[in-house]
Amino acid sequence: MTSTPFEYAPAPESRSIVDIAPSYGLFIDGEFVDGTGEAFKSVNPATEEVLSEVASGSEADVDRAVRAARRAFEKTWGPMRPADRGKYLFRIARLLQERAREFAVLESLDNGKPIRESRDVDVPLAAAHFFYYAGWADKLEHVGLGTQPRPLGVAGQVIPWNFPLLMLAWKVAPALAAGNTVVLKPAETTPLSALLFAEICRQADLPAGVVNIVTGAGDTGRAVVEHPDVDKVAFTGSTDVGRSIARAVAGTRKKLTLELGGKAANIVCDDAPIDQAVEGIVQGIFFNQGHVCCAGSRLLVQESIHDEVIASLQRRIGTLRVGDPLDKNTDIGAINSAEQLARIRELSDIGEAEGAQRWQPACELPAKGFWYPPTVFTDVSPAHRIARDEIFGPVLSVLTFRTPDEAVAKANNTTYGLSAGIWSEKGSRILKIADQLRAGVVWANTFNKFDPTSPFGGYKQSGYGREGGRHGLAAYLKGADQ
Amino acid sequence: MTHVLDPDALSHDARALVAPLPPYDDVTRSDAAFRAFLHGLPGVDQVGAEARAAQLGTRSIKTTSKAWAIDTAISMVDLTTLEGADTPGKVRSLAAKAKQPDPTDPTTPKVAAVCVYGDLAGVAREALQGTGIHVAAVATAFPSGRASKAVKLADVRDAVDNGADEIDMVIDRGAFLAGRYLDVYDEIVAVKEACGDAHLKVILETGELKTLDNVRRASWIAMLAGGDFIKTSTGKINPAATLPVCLVMLEAVRDFRAATGRQIGMKPAGGIRTTKDAIKHLVMINETVGPDWLDPDWFRFGASSLLNDLLLQRQKLRTGHYSGPDYVTVD
Repeated sequence: MTSTPFEYAPAPESRSIVDIAPSYGLFIDGEFVDGTGEAFKSVNPATEEVLSEVASGSEADVDRAVRAARRAFEKTWGPMRPADRGKYLFRIARLLQERAREFAVLESLDNGKPIRESRDVDVPLAAAHFFYYAGWADKLEHVGLGTQPRPLGVAGQVIPWNFPLLMLAWKVAPALAAGNTVVLKPAETTPLSALLFAEICRQADLPAGVVNIVTGAGDTGRAVVEHPDVDKVAFTGSTDVGRSIARAVAGTRKKLTLELGGKAANIVCDDAPIDQAVEGIVQGIFFNQGHVCCAGSRLLVQESIHDEVIASLQRRIGTLRVGDPLDKNTDIGAINSAEQLARIRELSDIGEAEGAQRWQPACELPAKGFWYPPTVFTDVSPAHRIARDEIFGPVLSVLTFRTPDEAVAKANNTTYGLSAGIWSEKGSRILKIADQLRAGVVWANTFNKFDPTSPFGGYKQSGYGREGGRHGLAAYLKGADQ
Repeated sequence: MTHVLDPDALSHDARALVAPLPPYDDVTRSDAAFRAFLHGLPGVDQVGAEARAAQLGTRSIKTTSKAWAIDTAISMVDLTTLEGADTPGKVRSLAAKAKQPDPTDPTTPKVAAVCVYGDLAGVAREALQGTGIHVAAVATAFPSGRASKAVKLADVRDAVDNGADEIDMVIDRGAFLAGRYLDVYDEIVAVKEACGDAHLKVILETGELKTLDNVRRASWIAMLAGGDFIKTSTGKINPAATLPVCLVMLEAVRDFRAATGRQIGMKPAGGIRTTKDAIKHLVMINETVGPDWLDPDWFRFGASSLLNDLLLQRQKLRTGHYSGPDYVTVD
């Protein structure tokens, strides 16, 4: 048998399309202004190179931003004809498409995700969200909240680092379509695409104050959430922070939606299309380095096909290409931060110590930057921490089941409930299991598929409220009785 | 297989006369058993297979890897002419091209085989004497396969007698779609027998089988029956070779080797016209079955116009600029 290596030569996307300024201010009332907090650095996690210095918003900065948003809500955006609000959103959507490559490169630089994903998933989906909600702007009477639903006012939004631009789109597009104005706090480690989005707002001539972007860390986020003139708080991130936000908002008039962690079960039945299921397992846990709140981090595979599936999975994982996020052939990029890498390592070590079997493919990791190889744990028991805690990294825990009832019981045995997957060629089985799963999204014979028309959100500690679709608008509107 | 099969004895027997390789040696014991086995193969989710094929198609193959891929693809071409208007002259000119695809660059690899109708195999054999280039002939009432088994087997023997060392047969799609899997199997076994030493490529004509589940089942029938290669299409039906179909067939040869230890080759044919298409296939081999198949002994492209595009891209890499269609030969 002959064996010829087919090496793929480096195919890097050029970063020259992106102009990163050495420092950025806050985007308040349509202008970039200096922050009064201490500036922080945003780092490329693949190289540890400092990309830019970014202003940190203090309480006073947040207050300025909220006042600008309030003014815009009362003077321009609120009174504007809904169809005209739609026009602005369409314009933003088109600009996102026009500058898609720029956004994709910037996102990969700042976040560490492979360009294939930022180019094919993050940026097109972000544009799709704006297109979708732009169409809703003058049709709000059909949302289901009566004939005259009204916007809430100023929305304070805090978003995570795993999909910086996409999470911005999920938050900003429905809020604006419903007639609200926003103050958005991007994640500390990934502020750059939000700042480029600020530039898009200016390019689209969006009235000043409609979108305000205040960068910073936890304190800045707290100031946004706790500001008394914010009418609505929307947060995506960890369950711990979500819990403290819920406490801070309790007893106020603010409406709240939370999209938090997950520990999704990906259930593979013995009658599954095996090759596609293996792809789905890979897509479920290694997409975006596993930095996905709805990641299929618990593989529940029917015991009768366990060995076959694991062998296929390991062979497939062996073909994943880990490395330079800007290389067009990279499948797995860098871990977003040293802090996150430490957490992944810690939980993996605990997994091994508790008796699970760790498997990693032979793969060379770059010397600089934050990296973790794709990892599979077999012999995982539901009592192990790697079966319960969200790892938020490229680490899969494999459990088995014998009957559909057992699969459902194990899948639901989690404090989370964001998503789940089922693989079977039998339609009736899929529907029956899906009915019993307590998870906001259930994918059948696919995983990690997103669409602006589809609501997304969790059960239990995965949060409450829905984003996307008509349901996503309801979170930013009130009916006549409210 | 040493005994000669009587074609008439095969047709409606419930039991295959030649058993497949272990561990599958009992799956052809009856029509029912064979059907149960084929329908017990894991299903193919079409949406998922298409998504995977599309994802592999986004690989970016540049510079040195592109040069390697182009030369590898050239060496895998079964340079094909299958027209009613074929003449000895046409076949000789094709053979000349096969030996020296690019007259301006003698470092260009030669192709794997020349593929013709059986009656012209002799012309091809003579023109390719001593070159190491194989002579492939289509047979078994190609492309429809609608003839009696006796005629098909005579067609095969005739092509082999004329000098073909590779036979591209078509399966009986009618029998397949009617669920007579054992008939399809037995016919392939008989053709393999008739081939003697010639390699047998089994054309599934996936454009007529339609579903990817059917493609997987037909692949297994062909492999179990002793085919050396499985091949997508005749090139006479649209769609011919598509990436999702190739993916499913590659998964079949991969799984078959894992189970039996026997490696089967794979040949997409029809519809592959550009270097980009060819490279997508090489990427798919690399990431589905691995480098063992990245060799003309195990992978072929059934194509005619593909070769010229590969040559143009090869010239482009060498000279840095694109030439035009007059810089490659018309055949």
